[in-house]
Amino acid sequence: MTPSRPTSGGPGSDIPPRKTAFGWNSPAVRAFAWQAVILGAVVALGAWFVWNALSALAARGIATGFGFLETPAGFDISESPIPFSPSDSYLRAYAVAVLNTVKVSVLAIVFATLLGTFVGIARLSTNWLVARCALLYVELFRNTPQLLQIVFWYVVISRLPRPRQALAPIDGVFFHNRGLNVAVPAADPLHLWMFAAFVAGCAGAWLLRRHARARGRLPRSLRTSLALVIGPPLLVWLAGGAPLAWDVPRLQGFNFRGGFVVNPEFLALMLGLSLYIAAFIAEIVRSGIQSVGRGQTEAARSLGLGRGQIYRLVVLPQALRVMVPPATNQYVSLTKNSTLGVAIGYPEIINIGNTTISQTGHTVEGIAMIMVFYLALSFAISGLMNLYNRRLGTA
Amino acid sequence: MPPAIAGTAEAGEGPPPGVRGPVAWLRRNLFSNVFDTTLTLLLGAALLAVVPKLFAWAFLDSVWTAGDPAQCRDIAGACWAVIAEKHRVILFGTYRYDQQWRGVAVIALVVVLSGASMVRRLWPWPMAAAWLVAFPTVIVLMRGGVLGLVPVPTTEWGGLPLTIILFLGSVVGGLPLAVLLALGRRSKMPVIRALCVGFIEITRGVPLLTVLFMASMMMPLFLPASWTVDQVLRATLGMALFFAAYAAEIVRGGLQAIPRGQFEAAGSLGLGYWRTTLLIVLPQALRIVLPPLVSDIIRAFKNTSVVLILGLFDLLGATSAALSDPLWTNYYAEAYLVVAAIYFAFCYAMSRYGQSLERRLNARRNF
Repeated sequence: MTPSRPTSGGPGSDIPPRKTAFGWNSPAVRAFAWQAVILGAVVALGAWFVWNALSALAARGIATGFGFLETPAGFDISESPIPFSPSDSYLRAYAVAVLNTVKVSVLAIVFATLLGTFVGIARLSTNWLVARCALLYVELFRNTPQLLQIVFWYVVISRLPRPRQALAPIDGVFFHNRGLNVAVPAADPLHLWMFAAFVAGCAGAWLLRRHARARGRLPRSLRTSLALVIGPPLLVWLAGGAPLAWDVPRLQGFNFRGGFVVNPEFLALMLGLSLYIAAFIAEIVRSGIQSVGRGQTEAARSLGLGRGQIYRLVVLPQALRVMVPPATNQYVSLTKNSTLGVAIGYPEIINIGNTTISQTGHTVEGIAMIMVFYLALSFAISGLMNLYNRRLGTA
Repeated sequence: MPPAIAGTAEAGEGPPPGVRGPVAWLRRNLFSNVFDTTLTLLLGAALLAVVPKLFAWAFLDSVWTAGDPAQCRDIAGACWAVIAEKHRVILFGTYRYDQQWRGVAVIALVVVLSGASMVRRLWPWPMAAAWLVAFPTVIVLMRGGVLGLVPVPTTEWGGLPLTIILFLGSVVGGLPLAVLLALGRRSKMPVIRALCVGFIEITRGVPLLTVLFMASMMMPLFLPASWTVDQVLRATLGMALFFAAYAAEIVRGGLQAIPRGQFEAAGSLGLGYWRTTLLIVLPQALRIVLPPLVSDIIRAFKNTSVVLILGLFDLLGATSAALSDPLWTNYYAEAYLVVAAIYFAFCYAMSRYGQSLERRLNARRNF
């Protein structure tokens, strides 16, 4: 508050000593006082909350702390990417919930991006019918609640015919009220090698792109990189004797066995999340493409580029700059909306958290764990976004 | 004007032949090239296959009268009888039957006020005041206990009036808080800034459901055991806090858009912080951010449906409850479509209003 200034000018100076304005009503003092009062109030309120919670928990005989995570959960989870049984710990149940959340979110994001891009481009079509249909889609799905859509799809699936009368739109795909069964290539040790070849191909394509970009020869490398991504797994498959066995779902008793199984809860949540967010993605794609000036397209055309090349080399790189930040926001909000899966019984993080809380009474810890997951996710994504923006800024 | 020139002007007025008229329009918009024509034909065929069937399902083969669910068993069309039978539950939840006119009054009040809000001349003060008065009026109408109205506990509230109350509560309560948070985030006082940033970022970082759980499960734990806070109030509080965190970031965008000169001019007139903020900065900032704020308000309206998970019977929750009747449970599609139409009507009206606002404001921006 009171700066330590020399009380007089140095020897030989004729500047009179300056007086600092100090009074109980000076802005600095008032600011300090206000902040102290507010901080004090917040701390006191927080302490009061904690005190109340601790005494309420003590009265109910509930120990606080995360020790309960080691104890067996005692409930089963209908859908789990990793093995889980009721004798496993709460911590493992939490891990299952996190994995389920990630699984449905990632798939829904991929689907929403594809559909949204498609609808967004259709919105800009010069074909009146196409543009109108795209607009209808966007308005319908954007202006009704996300939860209503999720619940609606869930009820639609649960009222599909029973497995015996399953709908089979194409061979090997069966829609019924227990979900969806899809025929897939039967598991084969070769698949692991094909995956390795795919990863290697991707790495090769990436290196080639870097190389081509350094030489300024990007347009031609697209076909080569596609070949690099698809070729190696195909070669491995052929070299391994081209196994063609399919794992086809078969009706056994009251349900299908085999194939790739999708639960109704997962299917409904995935559809609900992705159809809703796709409407927002479509608008982002549309405004991103519109943000690229007409002159850019015209200049590219006058250089002799084709329609596809104009989109890929001129419009898209510029539109992406505008599209990526809002699209990322939509992806984050999709992931947060996946908590609505609790309404239809999808075992995501809120669902498992709820069960844990009602079984153990560890309300604070349960909610804290849910919050920590989402906060970590949000901060990680906003950090990545900042990094991306900085790269764009220097590029 | 010499006749010769007038003649050429007249000739130049009309477009060349083949530019106007329905045939030209079709050629330009549906059949301009091979690709375009293929698209039109494919999409047209798909629509022709689906739309007549939908029309028949909805209107020709459907049942409209309430009463016996058996009449819906053998029909190919929609069973709108479920709406005729259950509309009271869907619209008003478990609110007591003979008092449901109060719910009608709430809906009518909000619809009339929304209509009046479209009239530009009533903005900003008369309309803002009307909405501020409307909120307590709605609460009094629903609660009763005064003016000879029978008291109805909040546990019986439901349907569209509850959705409206949650929505109004989150906006009327959240907006002032949002402005305070936005000002706090731009404050020069580090403690206040840190508190506001912390609240905004944490609330925006977690799902709405977590905030609602905080309000519904943690709040009773954090308050002394003798204090009971009503469940509807807790849910509204959670919604308002969530809305405030998002709206605060939008308002902050508006504050940042105000040029320095405005602050300096206000300072040179001798205005202090609060008078500068209230008289100079906020009126301009809020006007700039109105369009994005409208889309956030629409989201708040859609978000009210999440209280279904807390066990409240809002419009969606009441519908789900109505469909749990085993006699009518098969006609979920009809019920959900009608509810979706109600949500759509509100959201679409608001979004059109937001778009018209945006066009008008863009035309009037002066910096």
